[in-house]
Amino acid sequence: MPNTTGSGAKSTDTAAVTQGKGFIEIENVIIRFAGDSGDGIQVTGAMFSDNSAMIGHDISTLPDFPAEIRAPAGTLAGVSSFQLNFSSFDIHSPGDQPDVLVAMNPAALKVHLKELKPGGTLILNHDSFDKADLKKAGYVNDPREDGSLSGYSVFDLPITSVCVAAVEPIGLPKRQAELTKNMFTLGLVCWMYDRPLDLVNRRIEKIFTGKKALLADANKIALQAGYNFADTLEVFTARYSVNKIKLPPGEYRRITGNEATALGFLVAAELSGRPLLYASYPITPASDILHELSKLRHFGIKTAQAEDEISAIGMAIGAAYGGCLGLTGTSGPGVALKAEAVGLAVMAELPVVIIDVQRGGPSTGLPTKTEQADLLQVIYGRNGECPVIVVAPATPGECFDMAIEAFRLAIKYMTPVFYLSDGYLANGSEPWLIPDLDKIPRFDVTFPNGDNGFIPPYSRDEQTNARPWIIPGTAGLEHQIGGLEKENISGKISYDAQNHDLMTRLRVNKVAGAVKSIPDLQVHGEEKGDLLVLGWGGTYGSIRHAVENATEKGYSVSCAQLRYLNPLPANTEKVLRSFKQVLVPELNLGQLSMILRAKFLIDIKGLNKVEGQPFKTSEIESRIYQLLDQPQSRVAGV
Amino acid sequence: MSAVAEYTRKDFSSDQEVRWCPGCGDYSILAQVQRVMPEICADMNLKKENIVFVSGIGCSSRFPYYMNNYGFHTIHGRAPTIATGLKVTRPELQVWVITGDGDGLSIGGNHLIHCLRRNIDVKILLFNNRIYGLTKGQYSPTSEFGKKTKSSPLGTVERPMNPISVAIASEATFIARAIATEGAQMRDVLMRAARHKGTAFIEVFQNCNVFNDGAFDSFADKKNQLEFTVSLQHGKPVIFGKDGQKAIAIRSGHGSIEPQVVNVADVDPSEILIHDEASPNPALPYLLAQLETPEFPVPLGVFRAISRPVYGDMLDEQVKSAQQNQGKGDLKKHLRAGETWKV
Ligand code: SF4
Repeated sequence: MPNTTGSGAKSTDTAAVTQGKGFIEIENVIIRFAGDSGDGIQVTGAMFSDNSAMIGHDISTLPDFPAEIRAPAGTLAGVSSFQLNFSSFDIHSPGDQPDVLVAMNPAALKVHLKELKPGGTLILNHDSFDKADLKKAGYVNDPREDGSLSGYSVFDLPITSVCVAAVEPIGLPKRQAELTKNMFTLGLVCWMYDRPLDLVNRRIEKIFTGKKALLADANKIALQAGYNFADTLEVFTARYSVNKIKLPPGEYRRITGNEATALGFLVAAELSGRPLLYASYPITPASDILHELSKLRHFGIKTAQAEDEISAIGMAIGAAYGGCLGLTGTSGPGVALKAEAVGLAVMAELPVVIIDVQRGGPSTGLPTKTEQADLLQVIYGRNGECPVIVVAPATPGECFDMAIEAFRLAIKYMTPVFYLSDGYLANGSEPWLIPDLDKIPRFDVTFPNGDNGFIPPYSRDEQTNARPWIIPGTAGLEHQIGGLEKENISGKISYDAQNHDLMTRLRVNKVAGAVKSIPDLQVHGEEKGDLLVLGWGGTYGSIRHAVENATEKGYSVSCAQLRYLNPLPANTEKVLRSFKQVLVPELNLGQLSMILRAKFLIDIKGLNKVEGQPFKTSEIESRIYQLLDQPQSRVAGV
Repeated sequence: MSAVAEYTRKDFSSDQEVRWCPGCGDYSILAQVQRVMPEICADMNLKKENIVFVSGIGCSSRFPYYMNNYGFHTIHGRAPTIATGLKVTRPELQVWVITGDGDGLSIGGNHLIHCLRRNIDVKILLFNNRIYGLTKGQYSPTSEFGKKTKSSPLGTVERPMNPISVAIASEATFIARAIATEGAQMRDVLMRAARHKGTAFIEVFQNCNVFNDGAFDSFADKKNQLEFTVSLQHGKPVIFGKDGQKAIAIRSGHGSIEPQVVNVADVDPSEILIHDEASPNPALPYLLAQLETPEFPVPLGVFRAISRPVYGDMLDEQVKSAQQNQGKGDLKKHLRAGETWKV
């Protein structure tokens, strides 16, 4: 069975145990510490492999010492490592591929990177990545800059310096102070996986007794310092893991959701033939998109780090007004701040795309945890009747396609488009079939000119109802637009009540009409049956896995994933009505369910949680069984 | 004037009905801008379709509707951000931002200071009438301390801010001030702003005759101007009054620097302050910005005009040099960054 749940989890069939209020899956995290043999890797490793009985069976380790004891420092031959399997449940082996690789120097990175799980977390000690270190490890280019680390979640941190500063009050000799850095990294990892520190602290106390009590204090401080460091860093923890499905032939690479998002928007600029401006204010978990696009000046990509969220969307609107691709990106709190400006773009009918990488809310909420609770905010969260198109990729790789789709629709319909990702997709990665660019349809933009006389700014295309994208610099078509209600066609300010009603409906109908340009909802499995599990966005993997498990057990259940949330695909209602029951799992308290119920008067069943974590397959499966385990809905003969 | 004017004032007047209150100072500003535009176009070899007016919200922000250029009436306080996005992607356009004391200094204060600090090549006209007009008469961030308005019947308990001081503190590269109704002054600062490379910030004293009538009369009224204003001229002594009898001198000592009004006849010419708009040191323009009636004349004209790299130019330069150093971006290669494998 493919595994779609948390990092390193065993397949649900064997790992799910009934505990108290339901299914809990084993989550074990495999961490590999690798560094120079002189880095104290063995010492730390030994601490854990020494005597596992002391702390029970919940940590197991696998040390790996270098063959050459006296290998030169910093070289590949000198790398030593140990692996630690951190589990919330009994484990009997140190695991195989690590989820987290801590590489204390470039040599350690080189030796161990290939074994890190796709999408895994990579913690680097920034302090030992200078030119000489890279050279010793045989790196020609800095792997942190040449794309070799794409598809991983990289934290390049000044581990030695921060750690040494933290233990300074203890007054250890420099060398010994530096050795505590392993505890510092362990502290980081404990934070990331919500592991309490007391387990490690107790271990430290057991080892450093008597005269070495000072070392115990230093190591405990380092551990806590690492933990606190991660806390302030907003390290994202929910990782997307991939179904081990058979991949179609082609050329692949690893890609995270945020990387695919950036690439998609880069390609959108190419396909439209218009320059891209990405304006954004740093926010977890969207900042990586800003980092990625900022590297692309040689593609003519302009990025601006705005003074705030409102400015960021203002700049994007300015770019769109000038005929360029105006893009801004943020997370939920930023969307709230941008709301008024989105309304302006709706009123001015300008193609702006807003990325929302959702995280736990409300307010600051859980910045490093995933959630899908911005759906209603992006569809409805503005004053007035303020329709926008909303798209949502379902996998990290799909972020690429939906980014292109976002601009294709924005330009075609002259409207803002929300692109809804989430922390889980953004930071997760999967093998990605590198697309053939020549096969992606272009959507070249041409702007109207004044050759055939004046074109009223709010005249409309008969097919799409879009207004013309007339840009400043076009002689003879000078006009004024803005947030005040406009008279139909002429675009002059109008306070006329009938006109406002007309314009409101025109804008709403225009967005609703975009349904003609979006694909039908695809059902995975039988087209009819007892139950449809309908998801949207990043829940795709766990839903599909759960449905496949249930189908294998003989249940009549299919699934479908919505990638277009507004408008909904034309066949949505038909699909829903082909099943006796519809289950909508969402990482919110029922936002899509509410929309579907309101639109179609269908009694949607929900599966909702806001625990900051993606769905586990078993959670969806058990809800499926709960809904279907009534004699009449069970397929006969199973 | 370097070229024959291609346009006349009429080319810059739209057919939208002007909706300001009769007698509003905004009319003067509109007239001045429409009058100077043909000259700016001729001087800078600009086409009218390449000039854009972007505004926020407030009485002042209706302005773009009345110009026959491209115009964008945006949302409250945000005009500088939209102007930034436009100018950065369309550097060939000349972009003007129209704002007011509420729009630019209250709700949009953050954007204004960051626009100035970045030195975006836009021209900002801040109509300062020291009141909220569109919302019918509440105090603004430039209303004088203790001002009684509908929202402060017992008088405000807030100190006003000085737009010129804010601009100086924000590292603006061009800072000027004019009285809306003074044609020559307005023409001069508008021309200078248009020619300036970088953010040009102009505070215009504009009378709101409905909610704050006479706010500037103490110095802006024709009969008071001679005694209570001083026109700043680069490299010239700061003198004012009838026949230029009075001057500003700087007295310093014991840790204080004090401006003082002196009689030209009573002092050695070397004691009189010489205006240097090009000085990189912000102290002098700041000191001038603090001069207020009745003790001092109100300075008008250009406080500061210095040359610094422009945000958009530097961004374009980064694109160019990145393309030189890394080669023009190759999408197919870029998609294959890092490790790839075949299935
Ligand atoms: S309220 Fe004041 S500022 Fe506004 S239009 Fe009327 S006079 Fe002018």
